[in-house]
Amino acid sequence: MLSVSNLSTPVLKPATFRLDAGECVAVQGKSGSGKSVLLRALADLDPSTGEVRLNGDLREDMPAPLWRRRVTYVAAESGWWEDRVGAHFAQPDRAAALAGALGLPGKVMDWPVARLSTGERQRLALVRALVQEPEVLLLDEPTGPLDAEATERVEALLRGELARGAGVLIVTHAPEQALRLARRHLHVADGVVADGVVTEG
Amino acid sequence: MLVSLHYTDLAVAGLLLLVNGGLSLALDLGLARPLLVAALRMVVQLSLVGLVLTRLFALESPWLTLGAALVMLLFAGQETMARQERRLAGWWSYGIGTGAMGTAAAIVLLLGLSTAVRPDPWWDARYAIPMLGMVLGNAMSGVGLALHTLTATAARERAAIEAQLALGQTRWTALRPILRHALRTALMPTINSMAAMGVVALPGMMTGQILSGVDPGEAVKYQILIMFLISGATGLGVLAASLATVRRLSDRRHRLRLDRLVRRR
Repeated sequence: MLSVSNLSTPVLKPATFRLDAGECVAVQGKSGSGKSVLLRALADLDPSTGEVRLNGDLREDMPAPLWRRRVTYVAAESGWWEDRVGAHFAQPDRAAALAGALGLPGKVMDWPVARLSTGERQRLALVRALVQEPEVLLLDEPTGPLDAEATERVEALLRGELARGAGVLIVTHAPEQALRLARRHLHVADGVVADGVVTEG
Repeated sequence: MLVSLHYTDLAVAGLLLLVNGGLSLALDLGLARPLLVAALRMVVQLSLVGLVLTRLFALESPWLTLGAALVMLLFAGQETMARQERRLAGWWSYGIGTGAMGTAAAIVLLLGLSTAVRPDPWWDARYAIPMLGMVLGNAMSGVGLALHTLTATAARERAAIEAQLALGQTRWTALRPILRHALRTALMPTINSMAAMGVVALPGMMTGQILSGVDPGEAVKYQILIMFLISGATGLGVLAASLATVRRLSDRRHRLRLDRLVRRR
């Protein structure tokens, strides 16, 4: 589905790997090793060289906004540009349903953004990406600020996405989460990306 | 009838500064030195400008007038740069600010000189240079404020802008809120000053004309003309400089390019 060859930035050494439809790959490595740089480069949010294809289509052959709708990055730090939560969603009804599945109250769409906690923001940022049904999800620590119950709900939702055929790259610092969701992982150290199998310990 | 000022008159008024300076020393505000330097600068700069303008008016040369206008524009460009905490790297910041102000001032001034004032010759320095000074001074404040707001807000709102880009919005959509904010911030002082004019503040140019013996009705008409020219030039300059900066702050692949900004040392 997503095939990457020699993707590199000033930080990232040439990386080659692929992500299949319905597959989840965990991205692991120390803080500052280049995990976010990798995801941002895939979403074309920073300049990079190399070849990235989605189902054979070259990234540069389509407008960047279209590419990002199909290959969507959800940052570790969520961003908000309107006062009201609902104003950030193209389809507030669908978003409210997804938010409910993540344990958020039904009225959350009417709230001001300032009222949201970090964990609520993180889940809503994920919902914002999911309502657009991207083919590939690039998730940067989506459950970082969440408690165990909320994390479980997010993982359940992600399994649903995988079942619909989406590919998921997920940056996680929790080895258990990698084990639960992914069979393969990418290990990033000093900008070098290495392919591997997720194992215990 | 014109009351001419003697240097002794100026010295008496200058004593007021000594009061300010004494206050600063007594309260330990540390303002005595900057106050003195600023006052001296003002006296020297204005005296020089007086000499230059006298020569310029006497020489009646279109090329010297154009040269003076260019020097003013280059200084204005420098000033807009100095007002930005973060600015575009390289020549972009200076180029965009100076280019936008120069174009806006030229359009507005040519309009004013060719339709309303109509001096003979049309480039007569006695009209062109003072009008340019007023138009450029205001456009400079506006452009400086717009670019400062734009770059500072882009850096602060990075997460919000990139969240929109990541969801597939274009750079123009993602940057529209900060563009709006910058334009509003930059144009507000002009709008406010027009609204308060005559009621709260008697503008300097009009007061000057009245003091030098011009009929108040005539002075008011001049002031209104100048205010229209000023707001026209500020609006055009601010819009052009802001759009160009938004363009340079992003790229063709709709990325936010904060790496093209440098912080002021």
